[in-house]
Amino acid sequence: MTTFLNQSWPWYVGGVLIGLMVPALLIVGNKSLGVSASLRDMCAACIPFRIPFLDYDWKKESWNLFFAAGIVLGGFLAGYLFADPQPEHIANNTLHALSQNGVQFNKGFVPNDIFNWSYLRTVPGFIIIVVGGFFVGFGTRYAGGCTSGHGIMGLSTFQWPSLIAVASFFVGGIISANWLLPLVLNLGK
Amino acid sequence: MRNLRYLLLGTIFGIILCKVQAVSWWRMQEMFRFNAFYMYGLFATAIPTGMLSVWLIKKYNIKTISGEPIVIPKKKFNWGYVIGGLLFGLGWAFSGACPGPLLALIGAGKLVVIIVFISALFGTAVYSWLRPKLPH
Repeated sequence: MTTFLNQSWPWYVGGVLIGLMVPALLIVGNKSLGVSASLRDMCAACIPFRIPFLDYDWKKESWNLFFAAGIVLGGFLAGYLFADPQPEHIANNTLHALSQNGVQFNKGFVPNDIFNWSYLRTVPGFIIIVVGGFFVGFGTRYAGGCTSGHGIMGLSTFQWPSLIAVASFFVGGIISANWLLPLVLNLGK
Repeated sequence: MRNLRYLLLGTIFGIILCKVQAVSWWRMQEMFRFNAFYMYGLFATAIPTGMLSVWLIKKYNIKTISGEPIVIPKKKFNWGYVIGGLLFGLGWAFSGACPGPLLALIGAGKLVVIIVFISALFGTAVYSWLRPKLPH
């Protein structure tokens, strides 16, 4: 068990486990898998002035917040207790292209070249971290869901609007990863 | 107390997201550049697993643990799915994470990701505020 927990899992194991989150949430409490709605609840809970879209009883949706807190806890357990000592095996083409734009590979999920406090104060760092994050929050709410809500839950339940949403996520992501990110990484150089 | 079950399921989900490297910024770049099958394989097993589970729930009329019939809300299409979806995609490739992985990365001690998360909350708030003026 500890060896299993301390290594990374192949995609077909992980895929099955992620897929099983759908029936788990349905059976445990009739809940649809999704994470981005918890961001809306946090906004509804924290924003002091009235915005109609946030004017609802977020406490009724508080399961979202517990689920979100659980993900943080799960990340903590996986990151500290069950950390995989091996780095991800990323395709050479990807790593080569990124290193040409000044991002060197390191293990631990996120590039240290980007996700550090001094890079955050540069123009490319601000765009990647702050503007990127803004679009994640703005876009998921506008699209009515994220990768879990549309990608896993929506597609698992044969909802064609989710397919359109996921296709749009990928069009945006492909444009961004292939053209915008290299452009931004080289700003000011 | 009832909500603790969601804390537990969230914890499991967070562990899975890390263990399959779905939280990895590198994996997202690789996926969007079509350089590896890994993430596509992940989706291609997760979605059929979900589909099969939902099919079994319907076929055997499985109830929730408290005995209620299971309801799956229908998603109604609006143009926000396309416009918002494109914008989310742009941000997803920059930050390398969708909302679930963002939370898991914060738990895993990637402190700068807290700024991504706060920015995402700000994005959600701005959308909520602008919503009446946006095309849907």
